[in-house]
Amino acid sequence: MSDEFGEAALKNILVFYEGKRSELIPILQEAQGINGWLPREVMQLIADFLHINEGEVHSVASFYNQFRLMPLGRKMVTVCRGTACHIRGAPQILVDIGQSLRLKEGETSPDLEYTLESVACIGCCALAPVVKVNHKIHGEMTRERAVTLFPKLSE
Amino acid sequence: MSAKCNALVCLGTGCQSGGAEEVLSSLKEEIDRLSLGETVQVKQTGCHGFCQRGPLVVIEPEGIFYSKVSLDDVSEIAKSLLPGEPPVDRLFYREPATDTPLPHYMEIPFYSKQQRTILRNCGHIDPEEIEEYLAAGGYQTIKKVLLGMSREEVIDEIKRSGLRGLGGAGFPTGRKWEVCYKAQGPKKYVICNGDEGDPGAFQDRSVMEGTPHSVLEGMMIAAYAIGAQQGYIYVRAEYPLAVKRLRIAISQAKQKGFLGKDILGSGFDFKIALFQGAGAFVCGEETALIASVEGFRGMPRLRPPFPAESGMEGKPTIIDNVKTLASIPVIIDQGAESFARVGTEKSKGTVVFALTGKVENNGLIEVPMGMTLREIIFDIGGGIPDGKTFKAVQTGGPSGGCLPESALDMPVDFDSLKAAGSMMGSGGLVVMDEDTCMVDLARYFLDFTQRESCGQCTPCRLGTKQLFDILNDITKGQGRPEDIDLLLEISEAVSTHSLCALGKTAPNPVITTIRYFRDEYEAHINEKRCPTGVCGMLET
Repeated sequence: MSDEFGEAALKNILVFYEGKRSELIPILQEAQGINGWLPREVMQLIADFLHINEGEVHSVASFYNQFRLMPLGRKMVTVCRGTACHIRGAPQILVDIGQSLRLKEGETSPDLEYTLESVACIGCCALAPVVKVNHKIHGEMTRERAVTLFPKLSE
Repeated sequence: MSAKCNALVCLGTGCQSGGAEEVLSSLKEEIDRLSLGETVQVKQTGCHGFCQRGPLVVIEPEGIFYSKVSLDDVSEIAKSLLPGEPPVDRLFYREPATDTPLPHYMEIPFYSKQQRTILRNCGHIDPEEIEEYLAAGGYQTIKKVLLGMSREEVIDEIKRSGLRGLGGAGFPTGRKWEVCYKAQGPKKYVICNGDEGDPGAFQDRSVMEGTPHSVLEGMMIAAYAIGAQQGYIYVRAEYPLAVKRLRIAISQAKQKGFLGKDILGSGFDFKIALFQGAGAFVCGEETALIASVEGFRGMPRLRPPFPAESGMEGKPTIIDNVKTLASIPVIIDQGAESFARVGTEKSKGTVVFALTGKVENNGLIEVPMGMTLREIIFDIGGGIPDGKTFKAVQTGGPSGGCLPESALDMPVDFDSLKAAGSMMGSGGLVVMDEDTCMVDLARYFLDFTQRESCGQCTPCRLGTKQLFDILNDITKGQGRPEDIDLLLEISEAVSTHSLCALGKTAPNPVITTIRYFRDEYEAHINEKRCPTGVCGMLET
């Protein structure tokens, strides 16, 4: 494989592991850091390293919400749908942001600029409703403020 | 302002999102600029509790409380710390009804009615400095245990304290430890369950972020008692700050000789590794959590055998919640009898709640077991905002139930909540007002559980999906008269036959909303009308 999937970077990660099955999840977490998602080629290399079937790696990767099997946008827009956020208006905010980004929940824009997703709970319930853009948390969100988070699009 | 003081800046996740880091660094600069470095120590702390009013700055020892602090306020706060300068009144918390300023946090009803035991260090010490934990009496109890108590004495102390697992199920902690202690085998494990997946809960996160060494100390005592050499802390990947602070705490504890070989010369060896969960609600279930640490899909298995007998790699393992473990040093320190004086007959000690939703004061609170919901919501929480009326409170997240006004005078403990159809869960308390539609809320919770069902057993996989579909139809005005009975029938089947607690408790929000708010279901079905207007599509 060419190194477009970061084979060299992956090998640098794997030298710190012994090749035990119990290391699968930490390896996937680190490997995801290379591209922001888990290309099939990366999962194949991890399977070889742990002497397990590629299908087993895929089965674990697809089980957990953290693992991405598709490329992501540079800006991850995460709308919290925790209980406190829900009753304080998160569903409408998700709709509004979806409209301004022209994305449905779980979708990534074709130019890989934005990914829109929802999350079960960020744990900032006292600031509900909450929207996260990459690592920045925006609390006490309103419909008006939500769309202003994406200035370019509102032009 | 007095001669020597500490300016504490809360750097919990809530305050950080409001810009607390900038406030902290700017306050440090200002204090230097005013040459106050000798008398004023500026420190970061974990969650102080009143997240909604953040960023928070507290001046100790006076306990002066500044809320909603922004960068523009920093120079004024710094100036107020010069000798003889008055505090900054405009940043005081004001009683909403009377607009009376309350300068000290202990005067604010949100704080004055609480009893902070598990959270005793949260908001008062710098969680990234082991010296601060030591100065607050930290790691004294592990010394006491290792140098002066037998393993049986430790287990007996925990049993007599009456402590029950604060992860939600409320199993007596001492009994669990005893089973594991008696289980044969040279290799045993202690796991701290920090996979707080309930939407609407952030207590475990706040404890791990605010007082990580308390969690480590509790784990050490547990490990000594059962004879484990290895511990794991399982933290949600969504909690990066907790992960960071625990990493720092583990490495500091190692440096100080509290972790490693022959701890304090006692011959006891123990190490702790951090495991980051990968995002699956079901991993809060202990057997699923173990599968996840072992590198598999987080699917629960049938119990028995319980992990205390056969857990990680088939070895005896105890899995305790973050708050349970953080309570252990308190019990060893105060003694079982003193601990057991707080709480109700069958639920001892205190309980930490994340109080959120349609309530005036949102944040992290700790109260004695047995306090009524009314006191929690109306005295500590300050009641319902915007002149609205209380409708319901959800305890226990998606596994719990919605309790109505008539349940407000019920004492909050494991057994009363269960009797009312809800549960303690990990401690989320979400308050709803008259604008919340209870059918939509049930639909919301079932949407969550049907997504998070691991899919292994049929009652949960299919049952939660069917419940969700029916609820979805009802909120769209397509409900049929027989749907209420059908929901109850499916709920019964799911809770009876599911393999793990996720499935067994998933119908609770449906059952309780039907029990207490049946009229709302009937309005949706019979009149095609949503009484609160939340399910807007009903208007035809």
